[in-house]
Amino acid sequence: MTTVHDEPDSPVDVNDPRLSRFEIVKEGARRDEIEIVTYESQFHGHNSKAEKRVARNIALLFLIAGAGGFAFLGFYIWWPWRFELGTAMSDYYTPLLGISLAVALFGVGFGILAWAKKLLPHEVSIQQRHNDPSPGDEQLITGQTMAFVAEELGQGIQRRPLLKGAIAVGLAPIGLAAAAPLIGGLIENPHKADPPMMFSTGFNQKFNDGKPVRLTRDDGSPIRPEDVSTGGQMTVFPGIPGGATNEWADSPTLLIHLRPDDAEVTRQNADADRRNKDSMWGDYVAYSKICTHAGCPASLYEQQTNRLLCPCHQSQFMITKNAQPIFGPATRRLPMLPLGVDEEGFFVAKSDYKDTVGPDFWERP
Amino acid sequence: MKRRKVDLAQAPVTFARGVDERYKAATPLRGLLNKVFPDHWSFLLGEIALFSFVILLLTGVFLTLFFDPSMQETAYQGAYPALRGTEMSQAYASSLHISFEVRGGLFMRQMHHWAALLFMASIVVHMARIFFTGAFRKPREANWAIGVVLFLLGFLAGFTGYSLPDDGLSGTGLRIASAIMLSIPVAGTWISASIFGGEFPGHLIIGRFYIAHVLLIPGGLLALISVHLGLVFAQKHTQWPGPMRTNTNVVGERMFPRYALKQGGFFMAVFGTVALMAGLFQINPIWLFGPYRASEVSSASQPDWYVMFMDGLVRLMPNWQIYIGDYSIPPLFWPAVVGLGALTTVPMFYPWIEARRLKDKRIHNLLQRPRDNPERVGIGAMAFTFFLVATLSGGNDVIADKFHISLNAMTWAGRIGLLILPPLAYYVSVRICLGLQQHDREVLAHGVETGIIRRLPNGQFIEVHQPLGPVDDHGHPIPLEYGGWVVPKKMNRVGALAPAIKGFFFPVELPAEAPVSPAVPPLAGKPEREEITTGN
Repeated sequence: MTTVHDEPDSPVDVNDPRLSRFEIVKEGARRDEIEIVTYESQFHGHNSKAEKRVARNIALLFLIAGAGGFAFLGFYIWWPWRFELGTAMSDYYTPLLGISLAVALFGVGFGILAWAKKLLPHEVSIQQRHNDPSPGDEQLITGQTMAFVAEELGQGIQRRPLLKGAIAVGLAPIGLAAAAPLIGGLIENPHKADPPMMFSTGFNQKFNDGKPVRLTRDDGSPIRPEDVSTGGQMTVFPGIPGGATNEWADSPTLLIHLRPDDAEVTRQNADADRRNKDSMWGDYVAYSKICTHAGCPASLYEQQTNRLLCPCHQSQFMITKNAQPIFGPATRRLPMLPLGVDEEGFFVAKSDYKDTVGPDFWERP
Repeated sequence: MKRRKVDLAQAPVTFARGVDERYKAATPLRGLLNKVFPDHWSFLLGEIALFSFVILLLTGVFLTLFFDPSMQETAYQGAYPALRGTEMSQAYASSLHISFEVRGGLFMRQMHHWAALLFMASIVVHMARIFFTGAFRKPREANWAIGVVLFLLGFLAGFTGYSLPDDGLSGTGLRIASAIMLSIPVAGTWISASIFGGEFPGHLIIGRFYIAHVLLIPGGLLALISVHLGLVFAQKHTQWPGPMRTNTNVVGERMFPRYALKQGGFFMAVFGTVALMAGLFQINPIWLFGPYRASEVSSASQPDWYVMFMDGLVRLMPNWQIYIGDYSIPPLFWPAVVGLGALTTVPMFYPWIEARRLKDKRIHNLLQRPRDNPERVGIGAMAFTFFLVATLSGGNDVIADKFHISLNAMTWAGRIGLLILPPLAYYVSVRICLGLQQHDREVLAHGVETGIIRRLPNGQFIEVHQPLGPVDDHGHPIPLEYGGWVVPKKMNRVGALAPAIKGFFFPVELPAEAPVSPAVPPLAGKPEREEITTGN
């Protein structure tokens, strides 16, 4: 058998049977341009007392890992885990799983780390790195090859205008055809529905066969004025099928029964406004609950100061002043729902909101 | 027929030879086994992100086996009594199912969530390490940019992930996401309607977020992480300056046996930490939030921590609306769309900006101590201060509540702080860097302060300095060049005192003898260490 020397300058012959395994490793490292500067045991002498102690500690860590693993299995299988009300054994199921699995994993982890750091020899190796770009003419050759390819294809097109036209007219549609289903399938026109979805809520009479929509609780029951005490408030929904569900996410409304003096101020301000004129009913006012900033329900009602606060970004609205924003990032007031009472004595919306409900957008009129 | 004897000892050799004959694996495999990695604790921060990602994949696959990404309404009939009979989406019901009726399901869910938080946290800390040490410089600019994209993908993965359970909190997050889409000029309503499949919330969004969360985004993360690590591998890791270390070598340990073993151990330790947190610390208790209702929200509605800076910026934004004819741009657009866009793309270009500013076209494989580039540290400190103020403002209602501060005062403090504090942080950190630089140079020029005060014959007091290098004819130290690495500043750093004894309960090794100058023989043998007491 002939030996092929792919490393002619190799100072050692790796086939030499007198070489130790480490010397072969060193030669391999040399071929990878690595110099193993130090590789020495951390202990004085073979099988020293210190070494045995470290080995014992590592073994202990692995045993702890095993114990943790068994504990995890034990807890997983036998500990009561089904949810029970009140204080129960099952409350500790997840913590016990966590602790036992952590013990197992820490045992393995620290065992391995101790092995690597305390038992294995200390090593310092130096590997060369090359910061030069590709050697010699390689850059030039590859560059020219690419230029050649471009030229072959490019000139071909230059010389053959028919091809140019065919590529533009023939291949471009394929790209568009690939993109079309994705865009065409996803795209939704936000303005197509009647009534337009961006500008209507469940209080639109079109959703109730042209009749005024009642204000209802979340269980669908209608509300009489005396159901809301003075200074009180109630979240109401459109009285249409599913009106309290997320199908009508823009419709939740806050119905407030103001104190008489606050109501007077509110009415003056509302009547001075083109859109909110005649929207109150008695001392009652209803504002959209959907914040005009980011759409969270502006649901924190400060009775003393007559403010509504949105807990998401802290916009604050003045109830007595047409719910104008007085602090925070909101720019637009909360729309007021035109309130009325039908012949049976239940609250109805005389019409849909006159302002756009919900977060603001580009084409809002 | 004679039975051929199987030589078991020879089997691996035969197998390996067979593999090499087919795939020529010997040389590249040796290169891999031998590859040298430099070692420093700060190089492990990125590893934490990688290991958290592995944990996320493992626990995430488990969760998909039970989760139902459907917005179909159903009346809950599961094991949690407080919600029984409540109308909710299948997504929320199946999340409750995982939490209460899948054995160990809650543990897996909490492990997934904690690993996600750790993933993002370690990305941020890892990026800080890269930034402050200049590890992004040529030839590693592209890998920095990939890292920034990884942060953005992680952000999106987190957001889509915590939106999936469809509980009260995540629905509120979705509502805000829809409002952010609506705020985009011209196309906003079209984008929101297309993504939600109609008006918010529609019936599709959980299913769409689900496929994004379990396939598209993790696929992107996996691909980019592979490129990220591949580049680290191909370009070789940076190293700190120090003895033997140059720009054209790597000083460290070969991948095998020691380095790889340490990585394996570290992975297990990270995994253990996540398991411990998942077991002991409750996270995202969705059963307390209830199903999402458009009309319900509670105070202290905060997103996960890495989204809080966005929420904070949205809270701090003044109510400036821009009107263009009949059209308008809501203020939400600036922090949430422009802000997030800028904060995740502009940093990508920092390596090229800095190289251009410094006219630096060299290749850098040696790291820089932060103090050696004060402007960079200043910019980094500025960015982190901005991030910190924004993040704290994301929870300003909780701070206001707990510390009895006015909410409006918190908002104003955030607004002012966002403008004032970053420049201040820039100034302070640049001054600190310059001071540290100067002290390094002083020690190199004059030596280490010994703490020994000597009175000269003329009555003058001087402090004796221990020169770090050779001295001239007058005994003055010859000034030394700064090497870009730690300058010893205390006497025990240059061997004046015995090294500290190692070991937790008992000494692992005998303390080395303190080096004694041959010119000054020890006075009376070895001085015993005495316990210092108060005399009682």
